[in-house]
Amino acid sequence: MDIEHGFDIVLVGVGGQGVVLASDILSEVAMRNGYDVKKTDTLGMAQRGGSVVSNVRIAPKIYSPIIDRGDANFLVGFEKLETVRYADMLRTDGVTLMNDSKIDPVSVSTGKGEYPSDQAIDAEIAKYADNTIKFDATEKSHELGNVKVLNTIMLGALSFFLPFSVSKWNEVLAERLPAKVVDINLDAFKAGRAIILDIISRAEPADLSGDVEEEKEENNQYYM
Amino acid sequence: MKALLSGNEAIALGAYHAGIRVATAYPGTPSTEILTELAKHDDIYAEWSTNEKVAMEVAIGSSYAGARTIVSMKHVGLNVASDPFMAVAATGVNGGLVVVTADDPGIGSSQNEQDNRYYGKLAGIPVLEPNDSQSAYDLTMYAFELSEKYDTPVILRSTTRISHSKAVVETDRERPQNLPALGFKFNAKKLVTLPAHARELHKVNVERLRKLAEASDEYEGNEEIFRSPDFGIITAGISYQHAMQIFPDASYLKLTFSYPLPENKIRDFASKVKKVIVIEELEPIMEEQIKAMGIDVEGKKYLPLCGELSADIIRKAAKAADWPGNLEHNDNLEPDYFPPRAPALCPGCPHVGLFYTLSNLAIRRADDDKKLIINGDIGCYTLGAQPPLNAMDACGCMGAGIGYSQGMYHAGLNQKTVSLIGDSTFLHSGMTTLLNAVYNKAEGLTIILDNSITAMTGHQPHPACPYTAQRKPTKAVDLVAVCRALGADSVETVNAFDMKALKDAVTSNLEKSGVNVLIVMGRCAAINKEGRGQKMFCSPFDCVKCGTCLKLGCPALKIGSNGTVEIDQDLCFGENCAICAQVCPKHAISKLDGGN
Repeated sequence: MDIEHGFDIVLVGVGGQGVVLASDILSEVAMRNGYDVKKTDTLGMAQRGGSVVSNVRIAPKIYSPIIDRGDANFLVGFEKLETVRYADMLRTDGVTLMNDSKIDPVSVSTGKGEYPSDQAIDAEIAKYADNTIKFDATEKSHELGNVKVLNTIMLGALSFFLPFSVSKWNEVLAERLPAKVVDINLDAFKAGRAIILDIISRAEPADLSGDVEEEKEENNQYYM
Repeated sequence: MKALLSGNEAIALGAYHAGIRVATAYPGTPSTEILTELAKHDDIYAEWSTNEKVAMEVAIGSSYAGARTIVSMKHVGLNVASDPFMAVAATGVNGGLVVVTADDPGIGSSQNEQDNRYYGKLAGIPVLEPNDSQSAYDLTMYAFELSEKYDTPVILRSTTRISHSKAVVETDRERPQNLPALGFKFNAKKLVTLPAHARELHKVNVERLRKLAEASDEYEGNEEIFRSPDFGIITAGISYQHAMQIFPDASYLKLTFSYPLPENKIRDFASKVKKVIVIEELEPIMEEQIKAMGIDVEGKKYLPLCGELSADIIRKAAKAADWPGNLEHNDNLEPDYFPPRAPALCPGCPHVGLFYTLSNLAIRRADDDKKLIINGDIGCYTLGAQPPLNAMDACGCMGAGIGYSQGMYHAGLNQKTVSLIGDSTFLHSGMTTLLNAVYNKAEGLTIILDNSITAMTGHQPHPACPYTAQRKPTKAVDLVAVCRALGADSVETVNAFDMKALKDAVTSNLEKSGVNVLIVMGRCAAINKEGRGQKMFCSPFDCVKCGTCLKLGCPALKIGSNGTVEIDQDLCFGENCAICAQVCPKHAISKLDGGN
């Protein structure tokens, strides 16, 4: 992953969680930083409640808007089950940012299926990539006073890994969101960044396998 | 100006900059946002028509009056509009007329996967295919020029992946300050399709198509990109983008004006490149025509006929066919199985109570030869076919369910039927079918699910709404009066959130003879922001884990850690739905602060 090759970012969640708006904002920020951008969403037929996937491709020149399985640099999961469902999109050096929170699909709430355990989720993601960062963004959105800022918290977390300035993010957030919710979203964005900063600064080498340490070294150049 | 636009936004902006005066459409995924965007402009007229046929007819009239006009619809919408569409293909136009068909390869939100490029061939009119938002913007403007120059309607054929993907667009033009004057050109031999006139018009159409083939050859947007003498690709639309990812070093004949095909360019390309393949989504339309030219190409022998293409699918085909390209890839293991998250009716959806009521009727639980048959229709409510509601047995296309029930009745099937149809769908194409039931004496109950909006496509108004696409106040038709005027023997209304009233109304109406209509009234949850009230709560002390409420399929209800039902407070609609509380046999569910 480098700037020349760009970033393939998959954002996933449940209809109503704001995945599409988040990927719109991410794409706009990337465009204002001079990149070619293509984004494409896959939604079910209803307004809400289904699985939602956004592909955002950022590079000097993009052709297909669809990210190939096994190519994603980042998987940004707004919900655990949706995150693991699309884990096969990841490159081996890809990073998963996962909201550690669940919404039962109707297949589970009606007893037709079972929500996967945390162990099963971790094991599935580990089949494809080593770097997973989990945090409870839903709880953070409640702390901030509005569950609808969940998507902005996730963007804040993702922004930590991308070479775009905070001021550009703030500019686009302020333009794209209704005036009365801009402030709370700017706070949510900051909170998302702070969550990652906190996790990274607390990470002990003991928490990481040897391979991951190497990856982290490489990735560190983008933290600057 | 540089902007990030979806294909649909780019088409709308292209049409606006081309100087259109009129835009018409009926909502349908993935075409809807074209008109939504155009309706924002005060200096054009934009309407949600009652259906695609009407949209086409209004557009044709506007074109005859001399105005540049765009009419947009989803692929199956063009089936509805095909009669006036074929007529205008014969008569030609006055002001430029662009027909946008947004096809849905992969069937994200449709009833089939038809390839509407065939309509170009059927009608003998040109087909333009954008390959990203920029080309959608550019081609829309070109489409109007082509339409006027050759006196023909033009198909602009998008697909879901073009319409709903965003990409960077340079929007270098502006809307003209002064539009050409209007003027109807009196010419009955051209515009009145009497058989004697139509015979001549067909000859004109055939000659026009010959000239259009020359235009396709001359069009610079049909572009040859020569890189390799060994391997060449003829492609159009989104397929070009996927192909570039796998074959960046190949030669390309990249088409945007894909019918009629640029035969000379194709012959020239094929003569310069040793091996030529055709990459197109869905049907082998270009491939068959190119083969008919006597040119040896490969394509659908390796590429699928069904579903969307992607770089991944093309790579697999290339491996099988031994086409040279970037075939090395990190092929991940197959993912494990996880419980699906199918689209579901929303918490607070006014359709849920009716579906639950129907699926719990004794007559619905009877053996198959006595069971109530539910003929449905197209809308959010088609989701009622899914578990746990399982309350739909047949659904084909817009407006069809009421007719299905009549056919079953006239065939002599000794079984009750009910036809379910949404308010927007009823006004689209259910009215004439209900009239048919009255005239031809087909007994049965029609239930109109009236949520006061066209919900599934994103809440567009329809003729029973008091405002237009451009948010101007208008006369809202009264569904009860419409059904009475059509001759229904009885028309009743019932509150969608009152479970007892629903059961009584459905039961009593199913017992009646004659043609009867029940209108179930409840606003769509997604637009019903004001009247929600307190959230609902399930007492873990009173819940007996019977699972009755879970049969609603409400996404807010789930089984908690101790096996009792929990209500997700973020998802719950509130007390003005409260269907769960009404079906709970133990009264365990109540308003959050309304306990004992």
